[in-house]
Amino acid sequence: MNKILDKQHFSEKVVKLVVEAPAIARSRKPGHFVIVIDNARGERIPLTIADADPVKGTITLVIQAVGDSTRAICAMNPGDFLHDVVGPLGRATDIANYGTVVCAGGGVGVAPLLPIIKAMKQAGNRVVSVLAARNASLIILEDQVREWSDEVIIMTDDGSAGEKGLVTQGVEKVIQREKVDHAVTIGPAIMMKFVSALTKKYGVPTICSLNTIMVDGTGMCGACRVSVGGKTRFVCVDGPEFDAHQVDFDEMMLRMRAYDKPRN
Amino acid sequence: MEENISSAKAGTISPRDAAWREQLRQEKNAKERTAIPRATMPQLDPAYRITTMLAEVNQGLSEEQAVLEASRCLDCPDPGCVTGCPVGINIPGFIKNIERGDFRQAAMTLKETSALPAVCGRVCPQEKQCESKCIYNRMKKPPVAIGWLERFAADSERMSGESASPAQLASNGRKIAVVGSGPAGLSFAGEMSRRGYEITVFEALHEIGGVLKYGIPEFRLPNSVVENEIDSLRAAGVKFEADVIVGKTYSFDDLMSMGFEEMFVASGAGLPRFMGIPGENLIGVLSSNEYLTRINLMGAGREGYATPVLHGRRVAVIGGGNTAMDSVRTALRMGAEEASIIYRRSEAEMPARVEEVHHAKEEGVKFLTLHNPVEYLADENGRVRAMRLQRMELGEPDASGRRSPVPVEGAIEEVPVDLVIVSVGVSPNPLVPSAIEGLEVTRRGTIAVDDDTLQSSIPVLYAGGDIVRGGATVILAMGDGRRAAAAMDDMLSGRKN
Repeated sequence: MNKILDKQHFSEKVVKLVVEAPAIARSRKPGHFVIVIDNARGERIPLTIADADPVKGTITLVIQAVGDSTRAICAMNPGDFLHDVVGPLGRATDIANYGTVVCAGGGVGVAPLLPIIKAMKQAGNRVVSVLAARNASLIILEDQVREWSDEVIIMTDDGSAGEKGLVTQGVEKVIQREKVDHAVTIGPAIMMKFVSALTKKYGVPTICSLNTIMVDGTGMCGACRVSVGGKTRFVCVDGPEFDAHQVDFDEMMLRMRAYDKPRN
Repeated sequence: MEENISSAKAGTISPRDAAWREQLRQEKNAKERTAIPRATMPQLDPAYRITTMLAEVNQGLSEEQAVLEASRCLDCPDPGCVTGCPVGINIPGFIKNIERGDFRQAAMTLKETSALPAVCGRVCPQEKQCESKCIYNRMKKPPVAIGWLERFAADSERMSGESASPAQLASNGRKIAVVGSGPAGLSFAGEMSRRGYEITVFEALHEIGGVLKYGIPEFRLPNSVVENEIDSLRAAGVKFEADVIVGKTYSFDDLMSMGFEEMFVASGAGLPRFMGIPGENLIGVLSSNEYLTRINLMGAGREGYATPVLHGRRVAVIGGGNTAMDSVRTALRMGAEEASIIYRRSEAEMPARVEEVHHAKEEGVKFLTLHNPVEYLADENGRVRAMRLQRMELGEPDASGRRSPVPVEGAIEEVPVDLVIVSVGVSPNPLVPSAIEGLEVTRRGTIAVDDDTLQSSIPVLYAGGDIVRGGATVILAMGDGRRAAAAMDDMLSGRKN
């Protein structure tokens, strides 16, 4: 049982929870995720860790209400307990001084991107972050991203914040303007697919973080399998980050519809 | 003064030369004993049982049946059955206790060597082990039903509410960590706790029991049986911590600094194997691990449980092992109209327990042996709609000694299917091995250990079960736990002196 200590609404459907999990807070690194079960009969849901405080023993999760279980978690309040939180899972992000790194985040994907932005900056990179959402109210964690980025470009579908346009337009602008050595993209599968296609065109190595369907999250069930470079890989133990240019996003998007319940 | 439990050999509780056994042997002669027909296991009617996920198929022998069956045993001076048992249970010893009506002593005799007799009595492949070595086989008669008797003894102990646990030494205050709460971990925990060590078992999942919970369905091994074994370990002082992934939540160094002197890694099999054929990533093609975990561990399909599961009308399970049988029989219970086993060899080579194959047939499972899928075909929504099956024939024996399947050229047929469960084995879980620096692994990714002591390249780390074997049985995993415990205890006691 893990106690929820703090809650913040980013938007109607997106909630930030600060959760007591001392061992995970100590051991997690950027890129790691946890499996959360809300109640005794709940399902195991993978959620990327957005932040952690090893001193306070807490981790921060950002959850978008898309299915029954995520809706239930979003409705929980400080003082409530999550039935289980297990992790940290997956492989940590490869943080290095690449030079200039573009971090492209879409929607709730900005949450798991934040610790990577921070770590990339601390590793000495010039970090240009491109945040995208349908409209201004869905842009999350902008201030925190600014704190660790040399530049932040905001893109919205309706132009209600930053520039009007898609995340790819923002990323392309940077690539055309300056030498980009490395890119990281986290967001909806369709967004990562297009960011990947774009950076591939320009030959910019790109890492994506996949949030597929999982059951155990520990390398046992194979529900999360994706084709990367023509080979079957498991997101939970081989990922969640992969060379975006090698990922078969179409197959991944198909598989994510297996249970007809969209997930974040 | 110190009693050395590790050196206690099976047979010390109910030795063959005990007066009561001598007397039993005199009571009936071999002719009388061999004239008794083998017991039949009372079981639920197939038509009824496929309508329920939870009811156990085998109902267990009655007391009368068990005592009669036990009297078939000739109490051989040189019992073959014991040599067929991977952990060397004193089989005639426990059986003769049943014959004389001392069921508690029968359970005690089992527990001398096996931590989980109620489990083994249900899931061991007895026909390939103890029962295959029974003297009755040589008389062309069915062997003594050792597995059913084992189950009977363990169940009567459980029903009696009085644990027949072997003596336990007082705590020596030395802390040992166990990674994984499946059969190897539980058996190790039991053995070490008996010897006075303070055991904490870390489990990655949210439930204790490993494959006994997520893998084996309740109709074959009820959760209550597993829970009972776990409870008795708890009562003996073993601590369990769920939701902990050793190597992730706690590093190896963390455990050492938490005061654990040694650890036993029994993290189990892992990554499901797929065949690498076209269409394997379509919707509706999944591993048996995923299918069974959703249903057994997560309660998918049951009222009030959130985890979804795909319901197939025409279900094909690829493989011929116990997990394949569990999957196909589960599919029937989940409402499949047609459930088939697709296996590339013939029935004779199937690795599944004979009883499971028999039960599956009774329940209406179709067996397409000598068939191998070569491709899955999708409908317009990316869901599997058919499979292409290659007909096979048996050729020369391969490395496993079984005749290897060879494709019959041109013999490919398309069979409609809407759920495919791939059950062709697992690779070792890389999670723990990859998280511990300096730990030697084999080319197959299993943890490399000394054959006798199960000690790894890191002296304080022992390992057993599927993380070492790569995919074996419950009894072999348990045997590993037992051997590792004995070896670790020897080592630790030596160090202390």
